[in-house]
Amino acid sequence: MSAITRDEVAHLARLSRLALGEDELDHLAAQLDQIISAVARVQEVTAEEIPPTSHALPLTNVYRADEVRPSLTPEQALAGAPAAEEQRFRVPRILDEEA
Amino acid sequence: MTLIKKSAAELGALIASGEASAVEVAQAHLERVRAVDGQVHAFLHVDDEAVLAQARRVDERRAGGEELGPLAGVPIAHKDVFTTTDMPTTAGSKILEGWRPPYDATVTARLRKAGLVILGKTNMDEFAMGSSTENSAYGVTRNPWDLSRVPGGSSGGSSAAVAAYQAPLSTGTDTGGSIRQPAAVTGIVGTKPTYGGSSRYGIIAFASSLDTPGPFARNVLDAALLHEAFSGHDVMDSTSIDRAVPPVVEAARRADVNGLRVGVVKEFAGEGYQAGVLNRFNETVELLESLGAKVVEVGCPSFAYALPAYYLIAPSEASSNLARFDAMRYGLRVADDGTRSAEEIMALTRAQGFGPEVKRRIMLGTYALSSGYYDAYYGKAQQVRTLIARDFDNAFEQVDVLVSPTTPTTAFPIGERADDPMAMYLADLCTIPSNLTGNAAISVPCGLADEDGLPVGLQIMAPVLGDDRVYRVGAAVEKALEDRWGGPLLAKAPELAEAAK
Repeated sequence: MSAITRDEVAHLARLSRLALGEDELDHLAAQLDQIISAVARVQEVTAEEIPPTSHALPLTNVYRADEVRPSLTPEQALAGAPAAEEQRFRVPRILDEEA
Repeated sequence: MTLIKKSAAELGALIASGEASAVEVAQAHLERVRAVDGQVHAFLHVDDEAVLAQARRVDERRAGGEELGPLAGVPIAHKDVFTTTDMPTTAGSKILEGWRPPYDATVTARLRKAGLVILGKTNMDEFAMGSSTENSAYGVTRNPWDLSRVPGGSSGGSSAAVAAYQAPLSTGTDTGGSIRQPAAVTGIVGTKPTYGGSSRYGIIAFASSLDTPGPFARNVLDAALLHEAFSGHDVMDSTSIDRAVPPVVEAARRADVNGLRVGVVKEFAGEGYQAGVLNRFNETVELLESLGAKVVEVGCPSFAYALPAYYLIAPSEASSNLARFDAMRYGLRVADDGTRSAEEIMALTRAQGFGPEVKRRIMLGTYALSSGYYDAYYGKAQQVRTLIARDFDNAFEQVDVLVSPTTPTTAFPIGERADDPMAMYLADLCTIPSNLTGNAAISVPCGLADEDGLPVGLQIMAPVLGDDRVYRVGAAVEKALEDRWGGPLLAKAPELAEAAK
């Protein structure tokens, strides 16, 4: 049995915002199946009482003073924008036309 | 000896005493880049005029009486994952082609402050995902020892530049072994500092709980000098450790192991390990014993699960971090013809701008974090992370440092693992545990494998903030081996043919 189906891979591509072609999906489905089967070994660690570790160092929240400090100018912030207008990022429509 | 073969410490001293100017040193290295980088392809960007301008500024600062550090005027190759305001920063990806960041990474800023001369930006696996530099969108980098082989990765441009004498120093980032593995397979020194010991501010994020900037050099002392130059607390990185940098330079100068307890990781041997790698490793362990170290074998049973845990944790974090490449604020945007929605353009841009390995990892991470799969994959991987930390804690109660081969094999041929992700992932088998727990680790050259005559690396691991220990042991091994060899390992590398001027 495969760890992941072709349909699931297509769904993952949608969730990941990747517009993949059919060939690419076929290729990835086989590779992801192989990788997921291999990494599933972590499930051999069955003891429930082991606490999870999300981070290498035991850090607590780090705060800084709430002070105004120099930041990027609008020109700097927009310098790499694919499109800009009136000191703003110009983006394609974000709603469907009927909305 | 020509300037390009000198160590960073020697170059710094020559420049400080006035025997050579920073400009002369920069020119010598630019000439070397021109002569050999056509074959090696370590660099993505070099601007001769900008390099010479930096070098002139260092000479002026010195002439003006400014007190500069030991590496002032020394050239350095900078991994293309660090933001630089005066050079493009692409992270090896088409999605960032030509991008000029509006700010410098903290590491970049500290290099400038210390007077290092940034020669250019080095090639890398796209978004630091890979172990061969073949995943770069801008072509492969070749191993100076054998141009048909990979230089390791993801920091393969940085390892190749140093091994090819294009720069005495370079920067890298190590998320699963991306400094230690390329150092090992090119016969140079590379360190993964303690996580939080070097700032992540301004490195293009891959897996934020693992990413660690660190140094490459041709010897242990040079690596320590660079480590010291860019490390230390940074208010711009909330996971940066607010403690003094461990005394790494002093440790590299001390270079002794007398009375030190050294543990050999039992699990890192056997099937999958090249015989020549194990031979050199075992000889080096004997050498440590002869130098006065007490060697014992240590079991770390959970290390067997480190690789699968890593390939859940790192892609999970990557899938979240790479969501920022949305075609809206910077980077590539395609197919914006006025009819398509933002979401369509986002998906088309990401499909075109990301390479295959990045797509694989984004999708793997998205899968591991999906509801219904989270507990079975990401949750279990986090438990493994705890078990690995316990193995390290247990080991470091018995010994001062742990040692293993850095990689199971020497440099593999270009193309051999390019479309076989699981084979590629095995290159980081021995390096991943230290990333999961954040401890310090180094790779130093320990000889050439009998089968192929290619470099083998010794990995030395120490607890969190025990960075000085890895330099102390690394320098002791280096000193003893260089006495035996009659010089550095890299002197055995074949001479690269220089292109006509």
